[in-house]
Amino acid sequence: MREPRLGAMRSEPVVRIQALVKRYGTKTAVDGLDLTARAGVTAVLGPNGAGKTTTIETCEGYRTADSGTVRVLGLDPVREASRLHPRIGVMLQSGGVYSGARADEMLRHTAKLHAHPLDVDALVERLGLGSCGRTTYRRLSGGQQQRLALAMAVVGRPELVFLDEPTAGLDPQARHATWDLVRDLRADGVSVILTTHHMDEAEQLADDVAIIDAGRVIAQGSPEELCRGGAENTLRFTGRPGLDVGSLLKALPADSTAAELTPGSYRVTGKVDPQLLATVTSWCAQHGVMPDRISVERHTLEDVFLELTGKELRS
Amino acid sequence: MTATGTYTPRPGAAPLPRMIAAQTALETRMLLRNGEQLLLTVVIPTLLLVLFSTVDAVDTGPGEAVDFLTPGVLALAVMSTAFTGQAIATGFERRYGVLKRLASSPLPRWGLMTAKTASVLVTEVLQVILLTVVAFALGWSPHGDPLSVLLLLVLGTAAFSGLGLLMAGTLKAEATLAAANLVFLLLLVGGGVIVPLDKFPQGAQDVLGLLPISALSDGLRDVLQHGAGTPWGDLGILAVWAVAGLAAAAAFFRWE
Repeated sequence: MREPRLGAMRSEPVVRIQALVKRYGTKTAVDGLDLTARAGVTAVLGPNGAGKTTTIETCEGYRTADSGTVRVLGLDPVREASRLHPRIGVMLQSGGVYSGARADEMLRHTAKLHAHPLDVDALVERLGLGSCGRTTYRRLSGGQQQRLALAMAVVGRPELVFLDEPTAGLDPQARHATWDLVRDLRADGVSVILTTHHMDEAEQLADDVAIIDAGRVIAQGSPEELCRGGAENTLRFTGRPGLDVGSLLKALPADSTAAELTPGSYRVTGKVDPQLLATVTSWCAQHGVMPDRISVERHTLEDVFLELTGKELRS
Repeated sequence: MTATGTYTPRPGAAPLPRMIAAQTALETRMLLRNGEQLLLTVVIPTLLLVLFSTVDAVDTGPGEAVDFLTPGVLALAVMSTAFTGQAIATGFERRYGVLKRLASSPLPRWGLMTAKTASVLVTEVLQVILLTVVAFALGWSPHGDPLSVLLLLVLGTAAFSGLGLLMAGTLKAEATLAAANLVFLLLLVGGGVIVPLDKFPQGAQDVLGLLPISALSDGLRDVLQHGAGTPWGDLGILAVWAVAGLAAAAAFFRWE
């Protein structure tokens, strides 16, 4: 479990979106979306084209809502932009840097736009941007460009950081470096809203996950809540063939199932909790069976998403 | 919370003058680092001045060629920086999300535009110094009122900036690149920079004389070559272009 979030005592949400609608021509990108994000890390998870970027860019003040309301840190991102911008950090999905600028030059410049920026040298070191040297932005690798954009989002010591697909196209090592930074931000009381289509990223980082599909939030909760709530879980064990599963079923809660799938291989489904496990093992003890290879299969976010949408997430 | 970590929030915008100064410095560095930009703003005007002052390729009328050419090349320098260079650079900044990213920074949009203008002016000062030194070395003897010259350069900058930003904010970056270079070439030939406008047929002269480059080169020439007073006609043409261009840019500029 994660440590309690700093700032969780502040009850007002960092982002509150109500009934947001955004169309581009005839295409409806966001279709009545409601989302409340509190202090901590919120992952907006969904397939490409689900409306993630439109939603986050509305929060950043780049898009005006066709209808609905958006409040970020209690402010209207378009009308109160000048009060909001110093308090947030933005990482766009790509670009944002002069093609002729060097990494440290651009980061130093971004720092100068803020009153109390982070130590640029330390941040350069932390994100491994020192090796970029005098290379200009257009000649940096994709991973270096991503890390520079991330550094620019945090250098102003914002309260809230928006990261649009922060690890897209990164190798595993760079990906973990980004995750570590997000964890450090959270530990120091910075709230983070990130979009991703990687399940593991949401599971690893987020206090709260909002699953978006076709421009709406179809589920929201902690990774644990989502995995528990969406579907039943499964417990498997092996033992002597031909046991009386009927008597096991009687001992289990009403909504459970029990079956011998192949001789000696048993499956129980239901709300798998310590109580259910105890019921199964004591039933085995009564029958003089040593349950072998007990395994509990938890549903992943991937399963939850598949059940909710009937679609696989592309990763 | 009393504990402070490395990233503990401490948000705030820097003071506006500091932001604008930093942005101006960055924009100017980007411009001076770009080889194509330097070719356009420094190499071509200098080369034209030296070449046509020393080689008798174009009939520049009575008097020294350098006295005719220097005002034209100064006008060209203003156009190369305020129009061509600014249009191309801003077009690609828009394309690569630089304008977008800056739009969510503490720097307000008008602050960014102020910095861009300041960067253009800094570059023009460097151009004027270089071209003046080269012209004096070639035997240039200027006349006239420096204040009129300054007024012409400032209004010319405003006119060309408006048109350059209009192009950068409405066309695709590649289209801006092509169009800005084409316009540069056409105005170089047809705007009284090197070729006197009276070489063109009368009907064409009337139209060409209304171009911002013609107004600027003609006005600078009236003052610097002929020692005329303030050229209100040319200033008027530049003012109309400036107001129209800046208003259109403000109305149609798209930030991404």
